[in-house]
Amino acid sequence: MKICVCVKRVPATTTRVVVGADNQLDPTGVEFELNPYDEFAVEQALQVKEAGGEGSVTAISFGAADSKKELQKVLAMGADDAVLLTNDAAPHADGATTAKVLADELQAAGAQLIFFGKQAVDRDQHGVGPAVATRLGMPCITEVVKFELQGDQVVCEREIEGGRETVTAPLPCAITCQKGLNEPRFASLKGIMAAKKKPLEMKDVSLEGAAVEVVGMALPPERPAGRIIGEGPDAVPALIDALRNEAKVL
Amino acid sequence: MTDILVVLETREGALRNASLEAIGAARAAADASGGGKVTALATEQADLDAAVLGGAGADAVLVADAGAHSPDGAAATAVRVAGETGAGAVFVSATVRGRDLLGRIAAGLDSGFAADCTAIDFVDGGFVFTRPVYAGKAQIQVKVNGPVAVASMRGNHFAPAGREASAEMGTTSAEAGKAQVTQIAGKSGGRPDVAEAARVVSGGRGLGSAENWHLLESLADALPGAALGASRAVVDSGWRPHSEQVGQTGKTVSPELYIAAGISGAIQHLAGMSSSKVIVAINKDGEAPIFQHATYGIVGDVNEILPVLTEAVKAAVE
Repeated sequence: MKICVCVKRVPATTTRVVVGADNQLDPTGVEFELNPYDEFAVEQALQVKEAGGEGSVTAISFGAADSKKELQKVLAMGADDAVLLTNDAAPHADGATTAKVLADELQAAGAQLIFFGKQAVDRDQHGVGPAVATRLGMPCITEVVKFELQGDQVVCEREIEGGRETVTAPLPCAITCQKGLNEPRFASLKGIMAAKKKPLEMKDVSLEGAAVEVVGMALPPERPAGRIIGEGPDAVPALIDALRNEAKVL
Repeated sequence: MTDILVVLETREGALRNASLEAIGAARAAADASGGGKVTALATEQADLDAAVLGGAGADAVLVADAGAHSPDGAAATAVRVAGETGAGAVFVSATVRGRDLLGRIAAGLDSGFAADCTAIDFVDGGFVFTRPVYAGKAQIQVKVNGPVAVASMRGNHFAPAGREASAEMGTTSAEAGKAQVTQIAGKSGGRPDVAEAARVVSGGRGLGSAENWHLLESLADALPGAALGASRAVVDSGWRPHSEQVGQTGKTVSPELYIAAGISGAIQHLAGMSSSKVIVAINKDGEAPIFQHATYGIVGDVNEILPVLTEAVKAAVE
């Protein structure tokens, strides 16, 4: 089975955000990493291939040239080959534009399963996976915590507010992966060595113009200074009084 | 003047509260644009009240004839109805199902999308959406290019219009989808979801062990409408399920009251809860970063303080 997994290079979750030029994150001193949710997507893709005993896993990313590092990691985890769709504007591209670029590449790939992280932890939109699937005329099951392949049918579970939903769809199908789906493997030393010999193709892509324009960026409003009410259980009555009479939330 | 379509979320025919907030957001946005029409669409059969939806801000309601939720089917129905009603914007609530629809509807309409919006302004003839990025470490303002602005509304940021009005009720046909929801299992305990609750009681490593969680549960039981949350450290240790995790690789919450018990306040956690209205921090380390973000703090052992706090809350809410 042909399987694709779409991944993204994102600022590390420990990043302290500083507003830079053009309403974008100031990249000075920022460390980048593979989007954490994409690790679940890669792991699931590899597990499906291993369970089937045949097929291939292709990793695809839309990013600047430096996204090669994250694709190398995916190859080291066990993907067979990788495609980097490059454009200098890619790191700031909106979700709809990203989905269009990925869908154009995936159209020809003929994948039966396409895995995504449920969100990229930069823009946090959760939208690229379902948007790609819609462009390809494929069903998509999002935020999956349990995945099962039953013949040519996918059966998944996902957490919704106050419950758990079972969703089924026929192949070909797109899946976006939530934490809890699996335990992503670490790249072994052997895997890291092998990754250097695996195909990593770079393709320049052109963009038509942004679907979303960022017109402002700011840090969240400062919280008014709080106060320490006291120490230990003795401070509880003063806290209750403050919650009730000052903050009026009790 | 922009007409807005709001895609409702129903479960077993009943409307979810988040949808009333999305209708309220649409009403305010349509009014700001010079008085557009707000149409609410249920993509599956539902038992809806014209006065409730009208009161929240909808002018018209359409109920589609699908029997069960299909994510791609619902999106296709929304795309078709957006065209039929001439909508200049489509809003959904930023719930799991709403997030699922957002990108699909935008792709179907060949538009951009803005997720988890916390404010909407009407500037120079178009909507400007304010939305968090980097899990709330920053916020951006965006304009959606393309024929239809597709956006999801974060919970606890918009209110139903609260007016006296009855929406005009109608029906429409549903598009078929390939993916089908076949089963919904409710969570036990009946506690609200941490992402939606007005009050959140969240625990961290400071509780010492999973066995001490009953102290936090008792406090949540004492506070009406409270949900349980947890820090990443606690989830990674297997003490609590990931569905309760608050922070950058968990849920982002903005309740009226957030109680952080035994949570030191790693940057990833702060990102997920610092837009809460009132934050109470209880931690034995007075230097913990959580205190810099808290409205009120108590320094001390959570396992000693929680039982006293629970009793005091019980007495206060009676």
